[in-house]
Amino acid sequence: MPMQVYSYIEILPAGAPVNLTAIPVLNYHDFSNQMAGLMHNETVHCVLYYAFPFNNGLKFIAVLADDASGKFLVFSHEPENSTDTLTSLTPQMPALHLFEREIHENFGIGFEHHPWLKPVRFPADRFRKDQGMNDYPFYRIDSEELHEVGVGPIHAGVIEPGHFRFICNGEKVLHLEIQLGYQHRGIEKLFVEAGSTLRRSVLAENIAGDTAVGHAVTHAQLTESLAGITISETLQLERAIALELERIAVHIGDTAALCTDVAYQFGQVVNESLRTTIINTTQLWCGNRFGKGLIRPGGTNYPLSAPVIESMLKTLENTGMRYRDITDNIFTAPSILIRFDGIGSVTRSQALSIGAVGMAARMTGVPRDIRATHPSGHYAEFKYEPVVENSGDVLARAMIRNLEARRSIEMVAEWASLQSSVGSQQSSVGSRQSSVFSRQEAVGSRQNSFVLAVNEGWRGEIAHAAVTGPEGEIIHYKIKDPSFHNWMALALAVRNQEISDFPVCNKSFNLSYCGHDL
Amino acid sequence: MIRSIRILRQHGVQYVPNLRTAELNPLFRGRPVIKGEVPAELATHLAKMCPSEAIEIAPFSIDLGKCVFCRECEFAAPENIRFTNDWHMATNNRENLIVKADHDNPVIPDPDLVRKEIRNLFRRSLKLRQVSAGGDASNEMELNAAGNVNFDMGRYGIEFVASPRHADGVVITGPITENMAEALQICFDATPKPSLVILCGTDAISGGLFQESNAVKRSFLIRHPIDLYVPGNPVHPLTFINGVLDLIGRK
Ligand code: SF4
Repeated sequence: MPMQVYSYIEILPAGAPVNLTAIPVLNYHDFSNQMAGLMHNETVHCVLYYAFPFNNGLKFIAVLADDASGKFLVFSHEPENSTDTLTSLTPQMPALHLFEREIHENFGIGFEHHPWLKPVRFPADRFRKDQGMNDYPFYRIDSEELHEVGVGPIHAGVIEPGHFRFICNGEKVLHLEIQLGYQHRGIEKLFVEAGSTLRRSVLAENIAGDTAVGHAVTHAQLTESLAGITISETLQLERAIALELERIAVHIGDTAALCTDVAYQFGQVVNESLRTTIINTTQLWCGNRFGKGLIRPGGTNYPLSAPVIESMLKTLENTGMRYRDITDNIFTAPSILIRFDGIGSVTRSQALSIGAVGMAARMTGVPRDIRATHPSGHYAEFKYEPVVENSGDVLARAMIRNLEARRSIEMVAEWASLQSSVGSQQSSVGSRQSSVFSRQEAVGSRQNSFVLAVNEGWRGEIAHAAVTGPEGEIIHYKIKDPSFHNWMALALAVRNQEISDFPVCNKSFNLSYCGHDL
Repeated sequence: MIRSIRILRQHGVQYVPNLRTAELNPLFRGRPVIKGEVPAELATHLAKMCPSEAIEIAPFSIDLGKCVFCRECEFAAPENIRFTNDWHMATNNRENLIVKADHDNPVIPDPDLVRKEIRNLFRRSLKLRQVSAGGDASNEMELNAAGNVNFDMGRYGIEFVASPRHADGVVITGPITENMAEALQICFDATPKPSLVILCGTDAISGGLFQESNAVKRSFLIRHPIDLYVPGNPVHPLTFINGVLDLIGRK
């Protein structure tokens, strides 16, 4: 193949908005070749690929992350008419399968040679209104020996809904298909209709309640970038502390849940109470155990005060010590290891081909972690080394949680003591750094632009992208929770496993339903 | 072995001894209090600013069934609005969720409105099926926490169960998405009657942030009487457990 001249615009992490016209528009042939050429490289993966109505037609936007350069590469395509059938890129790049399905579902665009353009979530504004949740076309195998097991949408526990359809040979799972969409709330559209920054900030905290901070920080960065505002180093640091507290709480909670699924009650109970200490620290800081209300663009209502830091440091020390003890127990008990080791494996090449991100990539030796590759805010101040495992099984996923929770406890303790030396000179109750957006001032917003923000939430990379119109108003808002990439990893993990191992496999990924369904 | 003993010792007693009188830290955003008359101009500004359309201006009020407890109205009008750390917010009377000026009493269920059979049947044992219909997982996690080692609502015989056939009622979280509406109905129909309906969290009570979304379908709520509204974003386990205890008539 001749050397191709690529045509894209580079965006830095937390970079300024770019004019929409500065994003190269390629014809589909060049668009495809460029996508394939760039993604051929293992260090490049697709962060976003979506379409939105534009100038009486559609505009496709692709955002790739280049881990080597630390930049995001953005380019676009405008189909001549929306009844076009394009050649699918999925056979070449399976990681794009869901992005193409989403474009198809929303706008009816055909993708020839796509293995199966199934619905993604049956959104309210779908192209085919005549079809609904009950019309989902499941993969089937006709055989006298096989049977199907359907689970959900309502599951045994108190969790979100989704449907799992297993095809089994006896106790062994041959195939799992996951139908989602039950949680679809039309949240992207509400971001456009919101009319105020405050409303969008609150919506961002409710995209996925277990990642309230992750999504809120990403939205805040995007909003600040549009308005051309920079925030103080103190605020950057506080956001990083909040992000890591969220990670610690969920990782410890997941450690508990993994213990539950292998009937190790001791580990479950101890870890549950350890998680409580962390979320109660967040509550002490901002009045909400999930950090809702803590993150606001351009300021904060809850600056970290000296008493909160003091309590945080105590909790981290104590919880850190107890977590080390209990996880040392867990990872040395043969009765637990036998249920983790070699169960629910995903290979490195599978993870790469489906475009896995976050923990689901790192468990197979793929060091994707936005904190290391595309750091912004406080993360840009130091060099984060991702925690990587290689076995791709439940054990690897459990171990990543263990190691990351320990690492984050150390980081937050270090940062918080740094803050406390600054904080103690301030008043004991921090004063609000009210956001420019809440003072009734006119805040500018870049017109006719594209803006992107990406962060490493506890699950993996969270991406928000917005397009503004002639008044600087948001005309399109795109949200991607890491779960969007990673559900496929769960489906692959359970192949050839005992169906009784499904719960522990599922828990070891702990993916978001509402984050996927939007 | 020694490590396990050490873990146990450090674990100590996690149990909250008295759930009825437990207090939360001062910053917890619970039941708001409105002081005095809110000037008309300020009231209009607050109503417009509120991200969840929870504020009415004449007379000035905050609807706990719509409020997402962001506390922004207090920051904008600290003279008039204060969010207390009182977690008493669950009630069976929708009207009682509307907080008016100078009302400063815990919001609790009205015993006269409780269906008779409820207290007779469920006072000593209540099994619930939780259905998330667009919930963002935070309410679901708090409901799980209600049964954990700290809150342990199992001490009152209250428990979440897997099958609706074993359940005395459903606890709904989320604004009820159109895509989940049918499954919710099927689940509710599978519970033996009488069956409680508990709406947990702002999204469930009013649609919350999703009131205007065309992806929600709330007709289930027109067809079935609501036994308990539990406000919060998410609800605090204490709000939920105490609300249920008051509903079923436990001390
Ligand atoms: S705290 Fe409640 S009433 Fe006040 S602005 Fe927020 S949502 Fe509205």
